[in-house]
Amino acid sequence: MSRLGLLLARETALAWGRGGGPLVAVGFYAGAATLLPLAIGPEPSRLAAVAPGAAWVALALAALLCLDRLFERDYEDGALDLLVLSQTPLELVCAAKCLGQWLAVSAPLAAAAPVAAIALGAEPRLAPMIFASALIGGLAFVFLGGIGAALSLGARRGGLLTAVIVLPLFVPPVIFGGGALDAFAGRLPWTGGFALLGAYAAAAVALGPLAMAAACRNALS
Amino acid sequence: MIRQLSLKGLALRRGGRLLFSQLDLELGAGEAAALTGPNGAGKTSLLRAVAGLVGLEAGAIGFGGIDLATARGEGVHLVGHWDALKPARTVREELAFWSAWCGGRPAAAQGAGERLGLTPLLDLEVRRLSAGQRRRLALARLLAAPRPLWLLDEPMSPLDADWRSAFAGVMAEHLAGGGLIVAAVHDPLPIPARTLEIAA
Repeated sequence: MSRLGLLLARETALAWGRGGGPLVAVGFYAGAATLLPLAIGPEPSRLAAVAPGAAWVALALAALLCLDRLFERDYEDGALDLLVLSQTPLELVCAAKCLGQWLAVSAPLAAAAPVAAIALGAEPRLAPMIFASALIGGLAFVFLGGIGAALSLGARRGGLLTAVIVLPLFVPPVIFGGGALDAFAGRLPWTGGFALLGAYAAAAVALGPLAMAAACRNALS
Repeated sequence: MIRQLSLKGLALRRGGRLLFSQLDLELGAGEAAALTGPNGAGKTSLLRAVAGLVGLEAGAIGFGGIDLATARGEGVHLVGHWDALKPARTVREELAFWSAWCGGRPAAAQGAGERLGLTPLLDLEVRRLSAGQRRRLALARLLAAPRPLWLLDEPMSPLDADWRSAFAGVMAEHLAGGGLIVAAVHDPLPIPARTLEIAA
C-alpha cells in the first residue's frame, strides 16, 4: 500500500505543476465568475440571487479544464504501461490519480469558491456551506471527469471529447449542490440536497475507478 | 520466480492487420533473445503482449507455470520507446519513484543511479536531459528493482558507444545471474543471444 502513497504524492505534485495547476484553475474560475455580472448586468439583487448557482457552474467548468491531462500524459510517455504492469490494481491507481488531482486542484478551487460567490453578492454566512459543497462536489467532478479523460485517451483533441462525455455527468452534482445552496440561502431545509450531493460523490468515488481502469486497459490494448 | 518464458503459436493483430502468426519461442534462465525485423513487423507489439498489455489473436504465453498476473506484476521489467519520465520532475524523484513502484529499495535505486552514471544529474529536471541520459534513467529501474525477465525495446538506440558497452556488461551480468532478456533491436545485441526474426 505504500506504493499507492508514493503514487498519490507523485500525482499531487504533478497535478500541482501541470500547466500551472491550481493557479491557472483558480484564475480561470475567477475569470468565469467575473464574466457573469458583465452578461446579466450589475444589479446587486439580481446578482446576489444567482451568485451561489453561478459559483457552482464556474466550478464545474474549472474542474473540467484540468481533466484532459489526467491520463493523457501517462498514456503518451509510457508511464501508464508501467502503472498497469504492476500488482497494484489499476482501479486503485486510477483512484490515487483522481485523489491527487482533487488535492492539488479541486481543494484550492473550493477555497476560491466562497470568495467568488461573495464577490458576486452572496451573503457571507454562506461561505462555509459553499466551501463544503464545492469540496464534495469537486470529488464528484474529478472521479466522473476521470472516466471521460480515460475514455478519450488516444483521441485527437481529447480535451473537447472529455468535456462532451463528462458534462452530462456533471448535471446531478450541479443540481444537488446548487439546490442545497439555494435552500440554505433561503433558510429552507437544505440537508436533503446536500446529502444527495454527498451520495452522488460517494457513488462516483466507488464506481468511477472501475470505469477508468477499464477504459485505460482498452486504450492500451 | 520466472525461470522460463515460452511463446507457443503466437499471433498478433493490430489495427485489423495480422502482424505475425505461429511464432514460437522458448527461453530459459540465463538466455537472451533478440527480436529483429523491419519497422512495423510487430517487435514492440510482441514485447507488449508478453507484458500483458496487448491481447493475443491466437497462441499462449507461459512463464514456466507461474500465474500470469503474478509473473507480470513482480517478475517483468518493460523498458519501451517511451521512458515514462515527466519533464518537470527531477532525476532523483523519478528514479526514486519508479524504483519504489517496481519494488526496489532506496539503496538499490542509489546504486543503480551510480552504475548508470546518473549521480551528477540527480538534481536536474528531466527536461534538461539528453535522449541518452533519459534512457539511462529509464534503464536504472532494471537494476534498482531486481526482476528476472527484462523486455527491452531498442534499449541502446540513444546510448553512445561507451554506455552501449557499459549496458552490455549490465545485461551480461543479468544473464549470468539467471535472468532472461527479450530485446527488440536493429543492431545485433552485444551479448550472446538467440535471434528471432519477425516477418509477416
